[in-house]
Amino acid sequence: MSEILETATPPKRKAKLVDDFEPSLILEGKHQLCAGCGEPAALRSTVEIIDELGLADRAIGVFGIGCYTSFSPVLDLEVLQALHGRAPSLATGLKRVQPDSIVFTIQGDGDMVNEGLQEVIHTAARGEPVTCVMLNNGVFGETGGHMTSTTVLGQRTKNTLEGRDPKQHGFPIRMAEMLAPLDGVAYVARGATNNAGNIFQLRKMLQSAFEVQRDGLGFSFVEILTMCPTGWFIQTGEAPDYLADKMASYHQPGIIKDAREGA
Amino acid sequence: MSGALSRGTLVIDVERCKGCELCIPACKPRVLTMTTDKRNEMGYFYPELEPGCTACHACALICPDFVFQVWRYDEAVAVEEEGSER
Repeated sequence: MSEILETATPPKRKAKLVDDFEPSLILEGKHQLCAGCGEPAALRSTVEIIDELGLADRAIGVFGIGCYTSFSPVLDLEVLQALHGRAPSLATGLKRVQPDSIVFTIQGDGDMVNEGLQEVIHTAARGEPVTCVMLNNGVFGETGGHMTSTTVLGQRTKNTLEGRDPKQHGFPIRMAEMLAPLDGVAYVARGATNNAGNIFQLRKMLQSAFEVQRDGLGFSFVEILTMCPTGWFIQTGEAPDYLADKMASYHQPGIIKDAREGA
Repeated sequence: MSGALSRGTLVIDVERCKGCELCIPACKPRVLTMTTDKRNEMGYFYPELEPGCTACHACALICPDFVFQVWRYDEAVAVEEEGSER
């Protein structure tokens, strides 16, 4: 076995800081979310891309209700809190009164698909130039871990203990595929946070989505599959494979629509 | 390990860690290992670093608790020589 390095202090060797504890635009990284949660990585990627594109001064986030909402007070960005499911409508109003701003929503699957499905569909259909980000973990994490409309077939949740059964609970909704055919929609993609490779892909998707908004091309949507080991009743170390096997086989990651020229 | 290089290193804030182990498979050079006998103040096992880090920052990207600070050495160093003079 190799020796263990002392990692309590920065190195004495000449070195460059690549990545600090607190990501850019997140003021306080310590949070109360469960171990193994995928949402901090998704949020981190979103705000870091905003910073990399130089849009931080113009960016306004609109947060839905979910575990991720605990990040709204610690972001170094303007943030508005929406009612449950109403973030896309609030974002529409913001963008219309401040057309130069970069408006994005952060919602979970419960918030967007269960509580406020019509809000996002109308916002997308009208082609509002905002970016909606949906963190999809297939459960209402914050309120106890019950089933949402994106819970995949066979998935165990608090109220589908034997697994989601289409005869009793119906079929899940594929949100990205549902929004993509609408004429006002310019960019739709689905990423995942279950491994570093997927996070690199996700960051490219987020970059494209914000570029679409910056260039005024229409509505952009990025769905992010995130781990919720607590809600899935599994060990944290098993969550990335569970996401890949169960969720990603139904909600398949990839770029679903890119209406930009040359794309 | 002969001939292998350490291109960077980490500072690990072990008191933030909740022991989820997502960083262990994320690390391509496989130089992160979880403790099996030591726990932090919250009672969780936490990751430790062996020589051979490439500063790819995959661990930092996937870590839900922002436990890692990643440094890239100006000049890579042989893993055998990294040791205490980190």
